[in-house]
Amino acid sequence: MMDEFDALRAALKSAPAPDPAGKAGDLRLAMENFDKVQASRQGSGDRLRLDPDRPMEAGFLTKVRLMLKTLSSRPILTATTSAAALFFGVVLVLPLMQAPLPLPKVVPLSQTLQTPQVEAKPKAPVATNAVTAPTAPVMETPLPPASKSEADVSADKLGGASAQSLADAAPATSEPISSAPAEPAISEAYKMAAPSDSPATLAPDQGAGESLAAPRSAPSVALRGVASGAVMDTLAPTPLPDTEAFANAAQNPVHVTSAEPVSTFSTDIDTAAYSVIRASLNAGQLPPVEAVRIEEMVNYFPYDLPQPKSDAPFEPTISVMPTPWNPNTRLVSIALQGRQVTERPPLNLIFLIDTSGSMEDANKLPLLKQSLALMLPKLSPQDRVAIVAYAGSAGEVLAPTPASDRTTILNALDNLAAGGSTAGAEGLTLAYQVAGQMAEKGRISRVLLATDGDFNVGIDNPDDLKTFIAKERDSGTYLSVLGFGRGNLDDATMQALAQNGNGTASYIDTLSEAQKVLGDQLTGALFAIANDVKIQVEWNPAQVAEYRLIGYETRALRREDFNNDKVDAGDIGAGLQVTALYEVTAPGSPAILNNALRYQAAPEPTGPNELGFLRLRYKEPGQSASKLIETPITPDAAASPETQFAAAIAGFGQLLEHSSYLGDWGYDQAIALANGSKGADAYGYRAEAVTLMRLAQSLSR
Amino acid sequence: MAAIFFHSAAKDCPGTCVQPSVMRMETDDDALARAACLGDRAAFAALIGRHYDRIHGLAWRLTGQRAEAQDLTQDICAALPAKLAAWRGEARFTTWLYRVVVNAAHDRRRRQAVRSKAADGWGDWEITRQDEIATQAEALDWLTLAMQRLSPELRDTVALVLGEELTQSQAGEILGVSEGTVAWRMSEVKKRLRAMAAEDAG
Repeated sequence: MMDEFDALRAALKSAPAPDPAGKAGDLRLAMENFDKVQASRQGSGDRLRLDPDRPMEAGFLTKVRLMLKTLSSRPILTATTSAAALFFGVVLVLPLMQAPLPLPKVVPLSQTLQTPQVEAKPKAPVATNAVTAPTAPVMETPLPPASKSEADVSADKLGGASAQSLADAAPATSEPISSAPAEPAISEAYKMAAPSDSPATLAPDQGAGESLAAPRSAPSVALRGVASGAVMDTLAPTPLPDTEAFANAAQNPVHVTSAEPVSTFSTDIDTAAYSVIRASLNAGQLPPVEAVRIEEMVNYFPYDLPQPKSDAPFEPTISVMPTPWNPNTRLVSIALQGRQVTERPPLNLIFLIDTSGSMEDANKLPLLKQSLALMLPKLSPQDRVAIVAYAGSAGEVLAPTPASDRTTILNALDNLAAGGSTAGAEGLTLAYQVAGQMAEKGRISRVLLATDGDFNVGIDNPDDLKTFIAKERDSGTYLSVLGFGRGNLDDATMQALAQNGNGTASYIDTLSEAQKVLGDQLTGALFAIANDVKIQVEWNPAQVAEYRLIGYETRALRREDFNNDKVDAGDIGAGLQVTALYEVTAPGSPAILNNALRYQAAPEPTGPNELGFLRLRYKEPGQSASKLIETPITPDAAASPETQFAAAIAGFGQLLEHSSYLGDWGYDQAIALANGSKGADAYGYRAEAVTLMRLAQSLSR
Repeated sequence: MAAIFFHSAAKDCPGTCVQPSVMRMETDDDALARAACLGDRAAFAALIGRHYDRIHGLAWRLTGQRAEAQDLTQDICAALPAKLAAWRGEARFTTWLYRVVVNAAHDRRRRQAVRSKAADGWGDWEITRQDEIATQAEALDWLTLAMQRLSPELRDTVALVLGEELTQSQAGEILGVSEGTVAWRMSEVKKRLRAMAAEDAG
């Protein structure tokens, strides 16, 4: 390993000599520009400093504020002393500022003196919180040397420097701070990804001092708790800071059939977890274990299943195969195929778009705009679209418009810009109001919430939001969630909202993912053919001694919930599929993990040859009473390559979870299994999965 | 004339030269920069001549490509006079200069990234591209490959710590991060290199 490190050092040391011609040209250019800068300085005022975008006094105030802020985050004793010194410095210096410099305006004394003080007071506790409170969104931010020296030097200057040096100092700070990104410091303990080191805006044609503005204003931004809003360095690996919250539960354990013969859970057609995992791996990071939801990984892929023959909205396909990672157990796959619809009722789509400052990144709002533009051609002329934006104050950006009027819709999308804080709940209320206005007999209404998951204003308790959304769901307006970007993606809230809104939560990391979610599978995502789909399996203790459901941890239901129509569960969209995998162990198998009971006789292997009995409950859309589908699970239902691929993905998920059930089975086996069962793979999703497995394999070494 | 003279002298023995009859060569960077800042043309010429190779070297380490390094160096030369007007001696001139180069490299990288990913998921695209590059490895040297597979922050850190032989504290000052962060990044680099070696072997 040190070989590579030394090789890198040696290679870096051997920098090639610059091309002499290029060098001469560059030096000439530098001198020319030097002359230009000097000429403009001595000529009609200093253009660099009198740029209307960077007014002098703003720069000066920013600077003083910056100093006070910097100081206020230090220990109180130091701060008190320094603040006193600073205060003095400001008074001393102001007359100098009014010296015969070519200033556009003279800073009023009172303003200069008051503003920094007012600023300094509220900032101090904020900065302290950011450092001490573990829940604060900003990491511990030690002051970089740059900002220290900045403050010190500035203080010196304020005391006795010439007016010229002050004038030089001012334009540097007049760079808008918001354009300078924050670089949260990483401690050893902070084991997440390296935060993206967002660079300063430094176009060569811009004014002086920018390069300085960046490192200096970065800590100040971080201290104020505004970690986002900066343009991310898009080449940087995706950061996974603390503010991401993932919904997950501990892995399902192995159950002993004789003790707990019945397993009950709700369907899940979300695929967000897979996209999150993909984004992590592509950025060179193993995903956090809690981001892995195996059922969402398995259900990400379309499988070639027989279409329903009966009138039911979906039909189960059961297959049994040897478990790839354990020769002594079997894998039972239960796959539901939703019926395709050729004619669907017209849709009312209300886009509820998060335009808060955190959505500014290229992989958030801009990607969202592109994604929605992709979706429009898939809608029919009868569909109607409205757009509500929320950020600070919520607003209806686009009144209900026929989907065929693409120009109007695209224009409204183009006019969206990020900025302000997030009032998710307020926006949600307005979106549902608009949905209410659009409601009409025979139309289906759905709110599509597009966000990075940041609901930090108003309702910070997901439960309150959930209640609200569940109420609206019952009145006929559904909700789907489109997640964008990483950093403060609140996966837990996204899941909660979508599950309560009878919708899906998708995570859109690339335009191709948008194509899948909003293009190819749009009808399925927006048009449910069955609501509250519940799955219950009763295992036969004579055939199955132990069983384990792979995934669906967040979807577990109580046994009695199955027959209770009041209990909500997942939906199945038109043409969509849901697959669940059980690993089952036969009595007498060497793979049995639990000891036999001393006081209970082992069940006699009598009765039917069935492994178990599958019960499905669902509601037709708009109905309140559920219907029941029943079918036995027989051991002779042979598995197709489709099931093999699902098993490979389930294995992949368990590898990412560091599951203890896999034994020696590793990435090599998962890749081989997936490669052998790729099938036609018309969209290339499966090939991509194999690439991700390879990446994960490298990263986990 | 003076500019050319200083430049060649600096090239021969950078930093420590004492040239007879030329007081300025004994002048340290900070003093030169201050003079240039106040409009001294010869001081600026001396300064940029003295540091041109350093700028170019770091630009190459940051970008990993000669053509890129040349373009970046040119950008910096063009912008330096205006930027220098804002140098106020709060950091040593070389530190400040490194910072200018690093920031310019960031900016360039970001603009390229925005362009290339405008219409496509760059993650998939980038992975595919990297794979293609890997198969034509004989056409590219190991350094380029290794550097391309490091994240930009790690690349910057490595360029400063290994390439420029700066201390972790100096690198931290230039990058605007704490010394601990630099240390963490360097250990991260070692980890990534190990992973790459394993991948190449496997």
